[in-house]
Amino acid sequence: MTIDPEMAEIVKVFFQESREGLDAMESGLLGLGATADTENINTIFRAAHSIKGGSATFGFAEVAAFTHGVETLLDEMRNGVRPVTSEAVQTLLQACDCLREMIAATEAEQPLDQGRIAALNSDILHILGERPNETPTPAAGAPRSAAGAPQRAAAAGPAAGVPPAAAEQSTGWRIVFEPVAELLRLRNEPTRMFAELERLGTIAARADVSRLPALDALDPESCYLSWTLEVSGQIPRPKLDEIFDWVDSHCRLEFTPTGRSAAAPAAAVQAAPQALAPSAAPSPEAKVASPANAERGPAAANVPVQKAAAESGSIRVATEKVDGIINLVGELLITQSMLSGFADGIDPDDLDRLRQGLSQLARNTRELQESVMQIRMLPISFAFNRFPRIVHDLSRKLGKKVELKLTGEGTELDKTVLEKISDPLVHLVRNALDHGLEIPDRRLATGKQETGTLELAAFHEGGNIIIEVRDDGAGLNKVKILQKARERGLVAADQELTDEQIDNLIFMPGFSTADQISDVSGRGVGMDVVRRNINDLGGHVQISSKEGLGSTIRIRLPLTLAILDGQLVRVGKEIYIISLLAIVETIQVPRERVNKLVGRTEVFRLREEYLPVVKLCDQFGVEPDSRSAEDGLLVVVEADGKRAGVLVDDLLAQQQVVIKSLESNFKSVSGIAGATILGDGTVALIIDVPGLIRSVINSGGAISAHAA
Amino acid sequence: MAKKILAVDDSASMRQMVLFTLQGAGYEVVQACDGVEALELARQSAVDLVLTDVHMPRMDGITLVRELRALLNYKLVPMLILTTESSQEKKMDGKRAGATGWIVKPFNPPQLLATVARVI
Repeated sequence: MTIDPEMAEIVKVFFQESREGLDAMESGLLGLGATADTENINTIFRAAHSIKGGSATFGFAEVAAFTHGVETLLDEMRNGVRPVTSEAVQTLLQACDCLREMIAATEAEQPLDQGRIAALNSDILHILGERPNETPTPAAGAPRSAAGAPQRAAAAGPAAGVPPAAAEQSTGWRIVFEPVAELLRLRNEPTRMFAELERLGTIAARADVSRLPALDALDPESCYLSWTLEVSGQIPRPKLDEIFDWVDSHCRLEFTPTGRSAAAPAAAVQAAPQALAPSAAPSPEAKVASPANAERGPAAANVPVQKAAAESGSIRVATEKVDGIINLVGELLITQSMLSGFADGIDPDDLDRLRQGLSQLARNTRELQESVMQIRMLPISFAFNRFPRIVHDLSRKLGKKVELKLTGEGTELDKTVLEKISDPLVHLVRNALDHGLEIPDRRLATGKQETGTLELAAFHEGGNIIIEVRDDGAGLNKVKILQKARERGLVAADQELTDEQIDNLIFMPGFSTADQISDVSGRGVGMDVVRRNINDLGGHVQISSKEGLGSTIRIRLPLTLAILDGQLVRVGKEIYIISLLAIVETIQVPRERVNKLVGRTEVFRLREEYLPVVKLCDQFGVEPDSRSAEDGLLVVVEADGKRAGVLVDDLLAQQQVVIKSLESNFKSVSGIAGATILGDGTVALIIDVPGLIRSVINSGGAISAHAA
Repeated sequence: MAKKILAVDDSASMRQMVLFTLQGAGYEVVQACDGVEALELARQSAVDLVLTDVHMPRMDGITLVRELRALLNYKLVPMLILTTESSQEKKMDGKRAGATGWIVKPFNPPQLLATVARVI
């Protein structure tokens, strides 16, 4: 079935849809605690129902079978016969995870994790096995009528346990068919059913017209006739049931085998006309006022889920295509800046028009660039959406009460940045939950609300996106941090640090210590890795914290990795580009502030700090105007919390540059992050600030903290 | 003229599968993703058959059938609900609302075509 290319496309849609459905289920389940509103649980149920229906339709029987239990449980919750306990929610959340893996494995045609599936399935059956108190059980599964049973069996397939009556095969049948008057109103045409019967064998029909009223009393929409049909042929009973399946609640039906002496004369099965009778199977839907909320476990996270962001109408574009367009726009920018160069040397009469045209070109180009960049932009909700679940699971595990607040989920940023920031964010959130927020008792003891607040906020500031992770927990213990940093030689014994500097020590390599490692956040990834990842994205992270009141981690990221706000600097005849984000300030250094340290490294004193001087001329082997710090300009740059002064001859323009990979066009060069093409066609190299600082420090240069 | 079928399902993959199957057999298909949208479409134009899923947001399939039966030009239009084998009750609900019959999920394209052929 999946061989058909068209069908394969549809199956792909099903996988995508299932993943979206699982996301909806998950966020719905997480939102269940706060309010067990019907719409929410209906949404969850529908998602499961669709996955079950789709997987069965497209032939993924194992997915369908597993989802069946989930669906049944949800259906009972939806109907109020099953309380929404936190245990059940937890199991359902795990079932979501399991289904996600099943879908992924099915799509990749990999084997399924049978052990896990079986374990979860038995968990679900266990919950289902606990009969809810108020349910009148026997009625629930009672067959509707004798005719109902074979008909269901027929639908399930011939192999399903077929009751004896259905197994009967006769060379002929006598069928008495007495429809109720309303039959025709539902567009069940007896003639069509007879036509179907005729396909099974020859029929002779005798209509009973005795119920026909006089013409003036006749309602043309009612059925007054009944029939006795003699059908001959080898016809299995289920075939007959199938034909009359839709109407058997709207008629009296009698099947009698005629071809041979029937094994049991009682085989004539009667379906009592239950026409439009009140609900056939008394439903166990005794509306139980859901005791669900009262019963939630103490650790349950109270997570309000905002779903608006997830429903943005989206297009799916291949990343390569988009990258191609971005590249083209980059070329256009280059042309534009090249044209700008001509403006000075042209016939004065044309000058105005040329300038006008150029400014228009510049505007158009910029707009085009912005709109094309938009294609790559995704709302940060894609990263934030993981957190309700993570916070739910973690707070449960840690025995903490947490309210998660998400703001600015619609804030957009580049897809690549988004993907790469996701893991560092998870780490920060885990850390905040594990080390930041206190356990309920502790919070109460310090006069705080029992439930802690963890807030994830995203917003635009300048050309950057800011993501903040705020908690109202204990804050950082500055004394302890400083002590630890001194023990580890990260800070000199006599060095005075500001509160902010102390807080940010936690991002230093080697600061993640053994006694910090726990099951939750100590996974061998320290805060230094978080910072390095963020720096690699051209971003910046810092923490500020007030003891007893909580911490705020602030991440600043560029909106995109394709374009950089750069400062052009000159060294000799070469032009380099330094990211504006990395530049702290640019200064001219008086001679008396420059010291030569042992070896060849120069350091200079900037206010109370000693910074190493990086000479680009030596680094890249170019002939500079000057070789000493006091004759040139020092661009103070910062990365990974460390600063250095980069010696250059001159500062040129600031401009947006399109980043071209050096690695894919040439080869990777240490100290260089990439290249760009300037307006005059020359190539300018983009300085890799973090790499440069690292190399200076590794080559025996001074670390700021040790310089004194 | 090709018979026109209104197919209603909130799942895009099911809609596509129904569309693909029915169009392949020469039917004209209009689609809606829930009862509200279907009702709107149905009010605008006539169809020969309505094929609807049961569980949908905004308006479910049973309600849709009931609403459609109340419309004069849908009084005589066959309506089939797509239901799962387990929900016998839904079938009866569907009947009470005015459905002609049902197609039991999961179904494959030949089953769908055979069932549709029973009513139009």
